[in-house]
Parts: sequence; structure tokens; C-alpha cells
Amino acid sequence: MTAALVLIAVFTLATAAVALSLRNLIHSALLLSASWFGIAAFYLWAGAEFVAFAQVLVYVGAVSMVILFAVLLTRRSRADTVIGPDSVARAISAVITGMAVFGVLGVAILKTSFTRFSPAGVPALPGGTGVSPVIAAPTATVRDIGIQLMSTHAAALLIIGILLTVALLGAVVLAAQDGSESKQESP
Amino acid sequence: MSLDPLPLCLLFSSALFCLGLIGALARSNTILVLLGIELMLNAANLNFIAFWRYGPATSPATGVMFVMFSIAVAAAEAAVGLALIIAVYRHQKNIRLQEANRLKG
Repeated sequence: MTAALVLIAVFTLATAAVALSLRNLIHSALLLSASWFGIAAFYLWAGAEFVAFAQVLVYVGAVSMVILFAVLLTRRSRADTVIGPDSVARAISAVITGMAVFGVLGVAILKTSFTRFSPAGVPALPGGTGVSPVIAAPTATVRDIGIQLMSTHAAALLIIGILLTVALLGAVVLAAQDGSESKQESP
Repeated sequence: MSLDPLPLCLLFSSALFCLGLIGALARSNTILVLLGIELMLNAANLNFIAFWRYGPATSPATGVMFVMFSIAVAAAEAAVGLALIIAVYRHQKNIRLQEANRLKG
């Protein structure tokens, strides 16, 4: 159980780290979709199958394709997907900042006792160490999710629909050519 | 392993968040900065699922609902961000962040 989690975490973190340090943008985008696949595996591991499939559909399928389109639309020549080196000083300061944030978060996580989160009926172990009681996974079937989306969260679903419509229309307006510009380009 | 699964999940997601932060701060290519921001959003989603799985019992689908809406907002953000990148590229034929320093069109 825990070994699978560690494997998934190592795979996801390694692919993300390599993706963000490469110089070839296409390799970065493809490796990052591998990292998103690892996150979908984590969702499957945690028992949230519907979210795992949504992650695969949205991130591995759609967002990575959009990113590849952006890479290919913003290159100046056919081989212009390899970017020049970035400034070393900024990279070092970014790594120091990231490590500091991770240190703060890690200490906060390790110092927190999570025993009061154990469900009712299972006695919390003193000190937060030792073998934890196996917590039954909450079940959220697709049927439950659909019923909740249509009843409890119906307003949020409508708002998300409006947000997606407005955002995609805005994206088209931003990325579309001006009329005068396209006339000049096409004689 | 002496750690419980919940702190392990939280450590995993904070490591992913910090990787995204490092990527967004260190790179000067706009597309890579956007990818770093996407990684940070994904790390937040991991926390939702971890607390849904191991946290105190709530309504059974709460964490899943949060992540579904968060994924939808992240997809809208990616579309708008990449459209902005294309608009910036058309103005100055370059997507390096250091050279996008003019407010004039």
C-alpha cells in the first residue's frame, strides 16, 4: 500500500523535475504529461476513480495537446523548440526559495499529529506513531457523484459551465488575428 | 515505513508544489512558467484527495467534487494562458518573459 504510494510519488516527482529542467520544449511537454499520468495513478491508488479518469482526459489528453500547439505556434523556425540557457543566478535563487518552502511545509507536516482525524469508533493511538488503524475508504461511485452534481452542487455546476464558456471565448478572442493584420498578410 | 499514509501524501504534494514553484521562478520561457503553475494546481488537488481519503468523515463525495471543479478551472486557466502566450508572441515575436516589458501595444 505505502510502497505503491512511494513508487507513484517517485515517478511523478522525477518526471516533473526532469520536465522542468530540460531545454527542449516538446520533451518538457511530453514528460509533464507523464507526470500528470502519475498523478492520475495516485488518484486511482486513493480510490477516486472518477477523478483519475477526468485527470487523464483533461490533462493527459487536452492540456498537453494545447501546450504542444502553443509550442509549435510560437517557434520562429522549424528547429526552434530548443530554448537558450536561463540565468544561473535566478535558477539558484529559485531552488533556494523552493527548498525553503518545502522545508517549512515538511516540518509543519511532520510535526502535526494526525491521530484526531481517525474516524469515530476507532481509538486514536497515543503519540501518533505505530501501526495506524486501517481507515475504510469513503466510497463515491459515479452514480453518487452524478446525483450530487445535479442536486447539491447544481449551482456550482452551472457557474463552472458559464466560466468555461467565457474563458474559451476569451481565449479565442485573445488568440485570433486582427482583421487589418490578416488582410496585410494575405494579399 | 513508519509514516502514516496521510503525511506521506502531504509530503508528496508539497514536494510537487515546490517543484512547480522552482520551475515557475527559474525558467524564463513563458510556456514553462505556465507548466510550473499547472503543477502547483495539481499539487493542491492531491491534497484534496488525500484529506478526502484519510480525513474526518464528511459527505462521501466532497473531496471528489472539489477536485472536479478545480480541474475545470485549471483547464480554463490553461486555455486562457496559452492564448495570452500566442498574443504576446504575435506582438514581439518572442516569448521570453524578460522581453515582455512594454505596456504599449
